Amino acid sequence: MRYFPHTEEDIREMLQEIGLNSLDDLFAAIPKDCRLERELDLPSPLTEWELNAHMDALAEDMAVSPAYKVFLGAGSYNHFIPEVARQLLLRGEFYTAYTPYQPEISQGTLQAIYEYQTLTSRLLGMDVANASMYDGASALAEALLMAIRVTKRKRVAVSRLVHPLYRRVVQTYLTAPGYEVVELPFLENGTTDLSGIDDLEECAAVAIQSPNFFGCIEDLEHQGRVVHSDPNTLFVTVFTEPLAYGLLKSPGALGADVACGEGQSLGIPQSFGGPGLGMFAARQKFVRSMPGRLVGRTTDRNGKRGFVLTLATREQHIRRERATSNICSNHGLCALAATMYMACVGGTGIRDLAQLNHDKAEYLKNGLRNVGATVPFATPTFNEFVVRFGAGLEKAHAGLLEKKIVAGLPVFPFLPELPDHYLLCVTETNTRQDMDALIKEVGSWKNL
Amino acid sequence: MEESLGATGLVLNEPLLWEQGRKGRSGFSLPVPDVDSSPLDEKLAGEGPDFPDLSEVDVVRHFTRLSQWNFGVDSGMYPLGSCTMKYNPKTNERQASLRGLSAAHPLLPVDLSQGVLRMMFDLERYLAEITGLSAVTLQPAAGAHGELTGMMIVRAFHKNAGSARSKILIPDTAHGTNPASAALCGFTPVPVKSDEQGVLSPENVAAVMDEATAGIMVTNPNTLGLFEEHIREIAHIVHAGGGLVYVDGANMNAVMGVASMGDMGVDVMHLNLHKTFSTPHGGGGPGAGPVCVRQDLEPFLPVPRVVKEGKKFILSQDFPKSIGKLHAFYGNIGVIVRAYSYILSMGNELKKASQLAVLNANYVRKRLAGVFHLPYDRPCMHECVFSDKIQEQYKVTTLDMAKRLMDYGFHPPTIYFPLVVHGAIMIEPTESESKETLDLFVEACKAIAEEAKGDPSLLFEAPTRPKARRMNETEAARRPCLAG
Repeated sequence: MRYFPHTEEDIREMLQEIGLNSLDDLFAAIPKDCRLERELDLPSPLTEWELNAHMDALAEDMAVSPAYKVFLGAGSYNHFIPEVARQLLLRGEFYTAYTPYQPEISQGTLQAIYEYQTLTSRLLGMDVANASMYDGASALAEALLMAIRVTKRKRVAVSRLVHPLYRRVVQTYLTAPGYEVVELPFLENGTTDLSGIDDLEECAAVAIQSPNFFGCIEDLEHQGRVVHSDPNTLFVTVFTEPLAYGLLKSPGALGADVACGEGQSLGIPQSFGGPGLGMFAARQKFVRSMPGRLVGRTTDRNGKRGFVLTLATREQHIRRERATSNICSNHGLCALAATMYMACVGGTGIRDLAQLNHDKAEYLKNGLRNVGATVPFATPTFNEFVVRFGAGLEKAHAGLLEKKIVAGLPVFPFLPELPDHYLLCVTETNTRQDMDALIKEVGSWKNL
Repeated sequence: MEESLGATGLVLNEPLLWEQGRKGRSGFSLPVPDVDSSPLDEKLAGEGPDFPDLSEVDVVRHFTRLSQWNFGVDSGMYPLGSCTMKYNPKTNERQASLRGLSAAHPLLPVDLSQGVLRMMFDLERYLAEITGLSAVTLQPAAGAHGELTGMMIVRAFHKNAGSARSKILIPDTAHGTNPASAALCGFTPVPVKSDEQGVLSPENVAAVMDEATAGIMVTNPNTLGLFEEHIREIAHIVHAGGGLVYVDGANMNAVMGVASMGDMGVDVMHLNLHKTFSTPHGGGGPGAGPVCVRQDLEPFLPVPRVVKEGKKFILSQDFPKSIGKLHAFYGNIGVIVRAYSYILSMGNELKKASQLAVLNANYVRKRLAGVFHLPYDRPCMHECVFSDKIQEQYKVTTLDMAKRLMDYGFHPPTIYFPLVVHGAIMIEPTESESKETLDLFVEACKAIAEEAKGDPSLLFEAPTRPKARRMNETEAARRPCLAG
């Protein structure tokens, strides 16, 4: 095996040094009844060539662009990734390092995380961001747990327009220790209805996603004011599409106490849903209650600027069962990718790119409306929107797959009250030509 | 020692991203708009984030320079105990970047995602075979996430049986994540002392096992690098009391193909794909922490699960007793591809990996015995734990020696863990290191031990060769500056 450097002679000499006769003797401490007395039943090892062929075959058994025209978003977005980010990420000094416990030989990772924390704070308009978490869903769950710790309350309210899969993760995280999650309904315009909250003083947090699951841009400023009518309740804002904040007012500017969500759009491949990037940012006053790693600026013995992991007394390796979270890593490489991506697009670029996403989505939305599809929610959207096709068109919609068009996500399995609704997404990677083809197909349907 | 591996060379300074750039530069190839612009409502639009504008060359140089301030497995030996810093095969990166896998949308109809689903299905089978357990979920995104998942399964198991147990037994050698994960799930961790041999004794477990105890969380081999040799008896005691046995599989690299977790009486365990199965640590993640369970716990695994229906793979939600979802989608598939590639490349050679990992650790243990104090002087598994007791007389600490190792060109071992050893130095060479490299490491350690005797100031000042010197960590925590 090419990954092992040991020759038979090496093994013999080393065993001799240890005072043993065989490799099996190394395991004398393992009692007989714990031993595996047979060979593992695994496929024979593949050569590098064979592995390539095998993996190529698996990869071919998947529908991806450009062969397929994919109009899917809903928490995973097809954005162009500059080759720069892909190649720099493959530098072994980055991806084969671990947690920067030894700052003297980890300044590359540490400075990059500090840059990630800074750019994230700027993007979201918040004071501090952590070094990242697993994904948008777990970042939200951790934000709600933080609110529960800070307020000592046992209930949270979550908008029904927070991504339904995130809500299920929240449910899993919060039910185990015995907390309660209440759902907030939505209005006809496709935004969250806060009017039913009458027990705000019982709620640790209110969580609202914007752009929400329908792609609609919530009025966070208004909602923040409602939530803060109890000054102790935390206003937690969530996102699945951070690119939107290249164009929209930031959650911090609109009153969020915590802004968290998924950062996959920022230069991270979709990879069938993971690894993603759990972004987590908060107001300064919550910094010592935050979950996850933090990198801080300091100086070394020569007085030169440097960076270290800091405020570790919040964390499990020091605080054990009283830690702010059990998380012991971050999604370092994904945070690095996002930093590279944000550096590539820049302040001017991210705005232009966000505008382009918005414009293209508007083009498809208007095009579909013009051929007779219904756009049920009037609220402005970013790069995703919901359309309603007439009843009985599921087959026609599924039939587009044979033409290699994935025309959005049926909403029904996630929100059963919305049959015939589809969530479509358009990014800079979808061309006008592809959108025209889709509009033409939909226009040919009867009973639209 | 003739010439040290550690040397100095030209390293470039590099400012922070926003300390450079100029408005109007760009490092991104923006598509030419092919639709009309459609202005957004002014009330909604912000000013855009205050990011620097950089050219492509600026970005390339920035991150290349930063990378050169780092030390990775690709740079040299990284004997960080408990972290299994083995070689990360380059071919795995090629597989993970295949467009069919890396560009796949998680909500594609299953008919259009058979490739990934087949891979997930097969990897689950392989991990079940390697652990000797029955069913596997790939959803947890990290080891600690796997622990949380496992604890939720333990909780769900008891709830299903109509009992509400509140305590989890955790040995004093455990990683901090174990009590933190148990607590996050609403359990109260109860510490159990390991004995003078460094392992759990059945008597100590029996003394605390009671009807309010949901189970035990054991790392096996444990963090002292010792196999918990009474595990079967302990499992028997816990099972007899109605509890479950959870194993933290952080140290699985010692026993692949050698020991069967199923036969030991383990009910639930997690694996760290970024340790045992060679996926890169990425500067702190992403990893993956699949959870394996015995047959009757399968109904509690997270959903959706990959199920084979005839020749087709589907994602099934039909597990009413499931604990729910831990990840928005299905876990860290990009990491899972790399582990799958590793297992396919290795096959039965996995056993050889464990044998060589244990060989390397024992070789280092034997050669450094007497240089550093060995608190548990007995054969080890994949890692060995020393302490700074011999060097105490020179006022030299584990930290000083760890810092000095950098000057010699090695990443330091894990230090001050496990907590049961004062001044612990935990060395895990992994199977990736050759005898020559280990010999060089041993020589460096011996030279440092001599320096501690003869000229300890070399250690107090260390490291001097890396770009940065020791950092003022107190200042960083006292007045946190977390963004620029």
